Amino acid sequence: MVSRDIPSLTMLSKTAVDAPTPIPSAGDALIRCKGLCKSFGELTVIHDLDLTIPAGTCFGLLGPNGAGKSTTLRMILGQSPPSDGVLEVFGKDIRHHGRDIRARTGVVPQADTLDPDFSVIENITIYARYFGLRPDVMQHEIDELLNLVELSDRRHSRVSTLSGGMKRRLTIARALVNDPELLVLDEPTTGLDPQARHLVWALIHGLKRSGKTIILTTHYLEEAERLCDNLVLIDHGHVVARGTTKELIATHCEKTVLEIRNTLDPLQKQTIQNAATRLEYSGDTTYAYADDPTTLTTAIDRLGLEQVLHRQANLEDVFLRLTGRDIRD
Amino acid sequence: MKRRRQPLIRHQALAVWQRNFLVWRKLIAPSLVVHFGEPLIYLLGLGYGLGLFIGKMAGMPYLAFLASGFIASSAMNTASFEAMWSVYTRMVPQRTYEALLATPIEVDDIVVGELLWCATKSTIAGCAILIVAVFLGAVSDLSALLSIPLLFVIGFCFGALAMIVTALAHGYEFFSYYITLVITPMFILCGVFYPTTTLPEGMQQVIQFLPLTHAVALVRPLVTGQELIAPFQHLLVLIAFGAVGTCLTIILIRRRLII
Repeated sequence: MVSRDIPSLTMLSKTAVDAPTPIPSAGDALIRCKGLCKSFGELTVIHDLDLTIPAGTCFGLLGPNGAGKSTTLRMILGQSPPSDGVLEVFGKDIRHHGRDIRARTGVVPQADTLDPDFSVIENITIYARYFGLRPDVMQHEIDELLNLVELSDRRHSRVSTLSGGMKRRLTIARALVNDPELLVLDEPTTGLDPQARHLVWALIHGLKRSGKTIILTTHYLEEAERLCDNLVLIDHGHVVARGTTKELIATHCEKTVLEIRNTLDPLQKQTIQNAATRLEYSGDTTYAYADDPTTLTTAIDRLGLEQVLHRQANLEDVFLRLTGRDIRD
Repeated sequence: MKRRRQPLIRHQALAVWQRNFLVWRKLIAPSLVVHFGEPLIYLLGLGYGLGLFIGKMAGMPYLAFLASGFIASSAMNTASFEAMWSVYTRMVPQRTYEALLATPIEVDDIVVGELLWCATKSTIAGCAILIVAVFLGAVSDLSALLSIPLLFVIGFCFGALAMIVTALAHGYEFFSYYITLVITPMFILCGVFYPTTTLPEGMQQVIQFLPLTHAVALVRPLVTGQELIAPFQHLLVLIAFGAVGTCLTIILIRRRLII
């Protein structure tokens, strides 16, 4: 389905014609960066980033707004030259092989970049041409893609008549037209309703099962927990934590949380503080953390507090603990 | 940090051209109305109206003089508008380039593809006037057919110049400067409406630095069957403007998008 060797009519510059690279087997690093830095003038947005993303896994890049997630993705796609460090995708240096790397990659960008003048199917066929593919001989593949994203009955609709969820699915179908080995998803479910989000999650699960390597950014930590095998949390361009969801919770957070919505007087606050490992406040809510919640629940029962939610610690607790509760814009 | 500096011309640019062509084909009706309707009004209104008082100009009926000038200036206008408003729309609000740059297409391919499209659209617009002029009896020689490939060069040249402005623009208002300060003066001064020899001596020197002067100097003799004077010199000026514009645009858009 994919023609990798796009004939080059380069007139002014020499192009590196690559020997066909073997498809990496599971476990091989598909993306490897070491000491990766990115600065814009004086401002450094990525500091000394080390990442290894094994083939066939789903990797989550988390962090508050402005942490450097999108910049990292842009560097991986060769759309932003690194200021320093090593960045290899498919074992190739991004500085010299951006085009070859993008030929084997599918991208779902954060913003809608569909062509509003075209219909659903035209958006896919014209995109195939950008890869040097011939859409006229891949009707079958295109039909399959439309089936996959459940847009077969809308194939001739104009993009402007599609809902947000449909546009997102079309963008995913478009990203798959070159049968990519690597998928880069930049906030794939932002702005979608729960139905549309679940459909996109199911799609991503299916793609993962079919052996594709996925790198995704998201603000929904539930999404990261569901989809990602490995996560890295970055803030201000630095890695602040990495590991699986379980590892991150085990390393950076107590096991249980009690969310107390009652307004507490100083005495109550003191009692809870004594029973908990750690307290945090956000608005009217007090978050009490503890590995063993027995003392804490006893204390709260004794105080007669009613608006209490007892739950297990999740990725969001880790995220907020490591990046703070201040608003980022 | 090593970066490729010299601009690339690759066949991938044709995919960008093709995208624009397919969009144009979808909206063909309104665009043909503009291409044929506008020159028809101009030529009938000015050519016959003014022509009645003017009679002959530079040894030819005023209608023929004006029609041959309009063919050149409409190639300029078409390319300039496409390279400013349409290119900006694709680059900024519509994010088409963002989608393109996620594929093996590069900035160089985008710029070259867009310019090939500007050139194509200019050729279509110029041919529309040529057809209108033929029906109005303003074309006297088969050499007029030679102006068709020339229109492509003119379109490329003006597209490349306008795209420099687009590469620097942060809104559509910015284009008014270029239209008012560059395009309109050329339209008035470079020989579309009257022979440039009627301009003051100093002005005649100045307009030699404006590409439309050379475009008109080539198109008019071809359309009206007069003798071409120094054709390669004029052609070279157009090609030079186009080449410099292309390189500068590529550098500026790389700097804008690949950061």
